Amino acid sequence: MGFDIQAELPKLLWLGIGVAAFLAVIGLLLVIVDRGPRCRRDWWQAACFLTPAGVLLVVGLLYPVVRTTVLSVRDRGGTAWVGLDNYAWMLTQPEILLVLRNTLLWVLFAPLLATAIGLAYAVLVDRSRYEAVAKSMLFMPMAISFVGASIIWKFVYTYRPAGTDQIGLLNQVVVWLGGEPRQWLLDQPLNTLLLIVVLIWIQAGFAMVVQSAAIKAVPDDIIEAARIDGVNAWQQFWRVTLPMIWPTVAVVLITISVQTLKVFDIVRTMTGGQFHTSVIANEMYNQAFRYGELGRGSALAVVLFVLVIPLVLVQIANTRRTREAR
Amino acid sequence: MMTTPQDEEGPRTTLASRITSLLGSGLVQLFLVCVALFWLMPTLGLFVTSLRSPQDNASSGWWTALLEPAQLSLENYAALLDNPDFVASFVNTVLITVPATVIIVVVASLAAYAFAWLEFPGRDWLFLIVVGLLVVPLQVALIPIAQVYGGAGLYGSILGVVLFHVGFGLPFAIFLLRNFFAAIPRDLLEAARMDGGREITIFRRVILPLGGPAIASLTIFQFLWVWNDLLVALVFADAQSAPMTVALQSEMRQFGANLDVISAGAFLSMVVPLVVFFAFQRYFVQGVMAGSVK
Repeated sequence: MGFDIQAELPKLLWLGIGVAAFLAVIGLLLVIVDRGPRCRRDWWQAACFLTPAGVLLVVGLLYPVVRTTVLSVRDRGGTAWVGLDNYAWMLTQPEILLVLRNTLLWVLFAPLLATAIGLAYAVLVDRSRYEAVAKSMLFMPMAISFVGASIIWKFVYTYRPAGTDQIGLLNQVVVWLGGEPRQWLLDQPLNTLLLIVVLIWIQAGFAMVVQSAAIKAVPDDIIEAARIDGVNAWQQFWRVTLPMIWPTVAVVLITISVQTLKVFDIVRTMTGGQFHTSVIANEMYNQAFRYGELGRGSALAVVLFVLVIPLVLVQIANTRRTREAR
Repeated sequence: MMTTPQDEEGPRTTLASRITSLLGSGLVQLFLVCVALFWLMPTLGLFVTSLRSPQDNASSGWWTALLEPAQLSLENYAALLDNPDFVASFVNTVLITVPATVIIVVVASLAAYAFAWLEFPGRDWLFLIVVGLLVVPLQVALIPIAQVYGGAGLYGSILGVVLFHVGFGLPFAIFLLRNFFAAIPRDLLEAARMDGGREITIFRRVILPLGGPAIASLTIFQFLWVWNDLLVALVFADAQSAPMTVALQSEMRQFGANLDVISAGAFLSMVVPLVVFFAFQRYFVQGVMAGSVK
């Protein structure tokens, strides 16, 4: 075995020391809390409890928001003011327009399909004998990384020339059905749609679990009343179940939309953004960390930020409302 | 396991059974079987691929191995564990994930306690700002933090990756825990204070036990988030501190020549999250439900 425990041991030792040191500091903090002044005790305690989080939030999030916004109106090195040039660049470059179009495709398809599949599945396995197993199966991809899921699907899409044995499942199915194998990830916009399939595969389980909980919370007497009124199953779904769980459906749709806007790992792992599959988050990474274009990278990040804000605000209001209703 | 209210089922006719009688059970079964295949086949394919030799994988599809199981072996995994680069990336994933999870849970618990139970001026305003920070996408923080790290000598280090995860995850963690802590009955806390309990005692005796499920959910959520992250590590980790996701992603650039390494590596990287998932499914689901805002 080449697993060299000797080489890795020091690192793990440092991990232990680091975590122990951190916990010691926090322990010290908790001791100090009780040694504070008698008057204004709550102030003193709050200051002790909030300082670690406060420092991390100010340096890690508040400052970067301001800084990124400032950089987005500066040049590539982040020194000279260029006004809205970086934003104008975005809207005039054909490649970037394509990136924006791809992001739009993602946001149009992924949330809707994942939510719909999750909902249909939740309704159909509800209270069946194999419900728990069926749900775990759909939910499992949520646990693995986007990189892992992308690798799984890259194998499915693999191509071998016609006449040789296919090793990718999709092309094999096509060949079995009498078709020609294709290089699925080369032609746009089909390739973007095939990448979207991966996100749907990951997120449908989330949609299913959350919506299933809502379906179970619909009161029995409402269902019973509808049945006595003679509505059929189809009407029951559209007129009773769906309106009752609509707030939850909205939460799921928006949550997946936010995730979709920021999608990066799938594109990076499967195509690297080549073959016209790039999206905003991937382009932002390329501009800032590969080409050293800090201004353009920042502008792309700001666009992402602006697109996400309304969604998250609606979401927070929504969550609060459903919590109060409970 | 997920809770199924089997016991209280009673006479309720489920929508599922009514749809089944409307559409015919064949159609519904077909849908369920299709979904099952669609969700299981790709993962099964990766697993079987990881058990076949590079030659077999290059010459025929993984499904052929289902008929000739003799070709399956653990050799790819043995080769991977012999590969010092892969082992180092696995260790790096652990080195990043464990501290990032511990630190965030502790720091967020303290802050959430203050927001839920201490009276101080500006409390609600501060909490609103924290909630507001939930909006900030990862991408917005990357460039400025990279510059800060460049100045502080943290760029490329494991500590840098850890601190970024902590800062970025805090708003959600505080939000989640505060809501749970605020639901703890006031009497319990008052009683503990009356008994002359010091803050550290209250924290340990009252908050930690009662907030346990919420803390467990957060721990699992944060653990999986960091374990599975690609972007943060791609930006802030150098070659020595790169975790598995980054290593796998760079292997993907030569996809085709290294199917054995990629398939076995990807599967190994999934083992830990899957174990966590199946062992703590209930908390995981709670975390996901509460995390709808992230």
